Amino acid sequence: MEQARRVISVIVLNEASVLSRIAGLFSGRGYNIESLTVAPIPDSKYSRITIVTAGSIKVVEQIIKQLHKLIPVLKVYEHEDLVEKEMAMVKIPLSESLGDIEALAHAYNGRIVNVGSDTLIVMVADEPMRVGHFLEAIKRFHPKEIVRSGSVALER
Amino acid sequence: MQISGAQMVIEALIAEEVEVIFGYPGGAIMNVYDAIYQQSSFQHVLTRHEQAAVHAAEGYAKASGKVGVAMITSGPGFTNAVTGIADAYMDSVPLVVISGQVPMSLIGTDAFQEIDAVGISRPCTKHNYLVTDAKDLPRILKEAFYLARTGRPGPVHVDIPKDVTAQVALFDYSKEVELETYKPTVKGNMRQIKKAVEAIANAKRPLLYLGGGVISSGAAQLVREFSKMTQIPAVETFMARGTLHHADPLLISMLGMHGSYAANMAMSETDLVIGLGARFDDRVTGKLSEFAKNAQIIHVDIDPASISKLVNAHFPIVGDVKNVVESMMMLAKDQVDPLRYGPWHNTIANFNKLHPLSYTEEGDRLKPQWVVQRIGELLGDDANISTDVGQHQMWTAQFYPFSRPRQWNSSGGLGTMGYGFPAAIGVKRADMDRISVNITGDGSILMNIQELMTAVEYNLPVINVILNNNFLGMVRQWQTMFYDKRHSSTDLSIQPDFVKLAESFGGVGYRVTTKEEFDAALKDAVEKNVVALIDVVVARFENVLPMVPAGGSLFNMMLEYKDK
Repeated sequence: MEQARRVISVIVLNEASVLSRIAGLFSGRGYNIESLTVAPIPDSKYSRITIVTAGSIKVVEQIIKQLHKLIPVLKVYEHEDLVEKEMAMVKIPLSESLGDIEALAHAYNGRIVNVGSDTLIVMVADEPMRVGHFLEAIKRFHPKEIVRSGSVALER
Repeated sequence: MQISGAQMVIEALIAEEVEVIFGYPGGAIMNVYDAIYQQSSFQHVLTRHEQAAVHAAEGYAKASGKVGVAMITSGPGFTNAVTGIADAYMDSVPLVVISGQVPMSLIGTDAFQEIDAVGISRPCTKHNYLVTDAKDLPRILKEAFYLARTGRPGPVHVDIPKDVTAQVALFDYSKEVELETYKPTVKGNMRQIKKAVEAIANAKRPLLYLGGGVISSGAAQLVREFSKMTQIPAVETFMARGTLHHADPLLISMLGMHGSYAANMAMSETDLVIGLGARFDDRVTGKLSEFAKNAQIIHVDIDPASISKLVNAHFPIVGDVKNVVESMMMLAKDQVDPLRYGPWHNTIANFNKLHPLSYTEEGDRLKPQWVVQRIGELLGDDANISTDVGQHQMWTAQFYPFSRPRQWNSSGGLGTMGYGFPAAIGVKRADMDRISVNITGDGSILMNIQELMTAVEYNLPVINVILNNNFLGMVRQWQTMFYDKRHSSTDLSIQPDFVKLAESFGGVGYRVTTKEEFDAALKDAVEKNVVALIDVVVARFENVLPMVPAGGSLFNMMLEYKDK
């Protein structure tokens, strides 16, 4: 069966152990998580969890139903037509060319956000695939550390 | 009313009209036990192991239709209870399990008898709570009972730290449960139901596939009427035994791995499966790609996640079986011609004639199937039947003449050895007017044998019938058939003296080797009305047949096994 990448948003009550219920469901039933982000929804008692997973249509249908079955889950969406963004930060030795780095980051909707005594930090925010491209391109500047945020998404 | 957390637990149980709880005290739950001591609204039954407390609560819940309550302490008390909780989860048994926890200040310090209880119970409960403030207790306990009994029923675990049971706060139980994230669909979608009934009216070989959900939704009587009105034949899952009366001409039998030939063939030949509260378990379907290959599927279930999980439903209907069948009946009355299924009835009658459920007598040796049938002849409707897990369980499901829902009580999903005896104690407590029989094996009975003491102490006279073949019989059967007779660790030749064992606890024991002795023992145990162990020596190498080997197709049953 066709294994496709899927983005699922889960609206949950913002209460203790809700994240472990979600994560436990995925591990317990053998579903995979590519990335997971969570943060409270402003001015509400809910949080929004964005999960990127891969699976056949049938598996994703099950994932959605099983998520729904959890008591603190309010809504589950599988996104079809969505705007999806991810953020990444990269730490680079200061010996590299600042101008080149700034120009590269600019192409991926980012910039240098911090310059220390011997390293700098550059960040980009873009579609996850393009973030991947950026991380490929940045390799020639000898990155010391890379962090990706995982996807967040909104229905168009 | 300002009261302690411990008193809140008592008040909540009273408000929920609980008449009995099963439990075992310990350090972290002592405040609550102190409050139990000072009340007389409900009974506390002290089991001799926490696992047994939960199984007893399950038996009570299944026999009564109410929510069962178990109470245990932290750490080992809780971990002992996990098997029972998982069992209840798999079989959708409504339970509230209350456990003590170390005080809040000690949580996370690896304190004495500390374990992350909600972390452990999370994947085997419908929901769970760690109570961090006594002011939340009334709401949480009310939610726990509500969640346990509504929607797809299941166990709910409430973990209460010791300082929370000591804390005084306001107790107000009058607020209605408000859960905006939990709204089970109980009424089926009318459009879907209409389509389903049209499919029934057009089908030539429809088949009711009845699951445990029919019993837990209280729809058994309605399903009997539906089947009679439409003349649609039925197969029952293991969990649904007793939905239709055993003598109902429309009941084919149980289906699945050890189902009857006729039931499995009917499932293979049907053109329309009407699944009610059943979940297409692997022990039922056999090889999925060959399951009900010729059929469209109507699937009615209160749990949307059960629908199209394993077998794709053409007519998915989310709702309570009782509501949906009610709606179906109203439409079917005018639309479904009960006379149109004559040829289908003949086909099934032929399947039945070809290979009925049977066994062969061998001289004087007692056959386990005979023992089950004999209990049925002697006690019939007067008994509630529990079992443990293994060969005896399958023989009971096959051969006992069940006549009503909630008469049958066994561990289906999890397959928990040691379930039967404590569950039968709970069944007895729920239905004192009937005889509570636990049909068990010589392996299973020893897994909760300490419950002899509970049954004796509380005068809950369970009759345990041990089908003793000196083997872990089901595993032995598989070893014989699929592992070239290497009987690895299944020989139970070394055994206790079950008669003396029963007597030492204050019960009564019998050892039986002939039919006459069995009749006499069972009659005596019933008459004496005490806790009994009837140790029945049965044919050692008897196999449960027919059988669909694991992963095989339902229509490809092993009907007999010839020892090579």
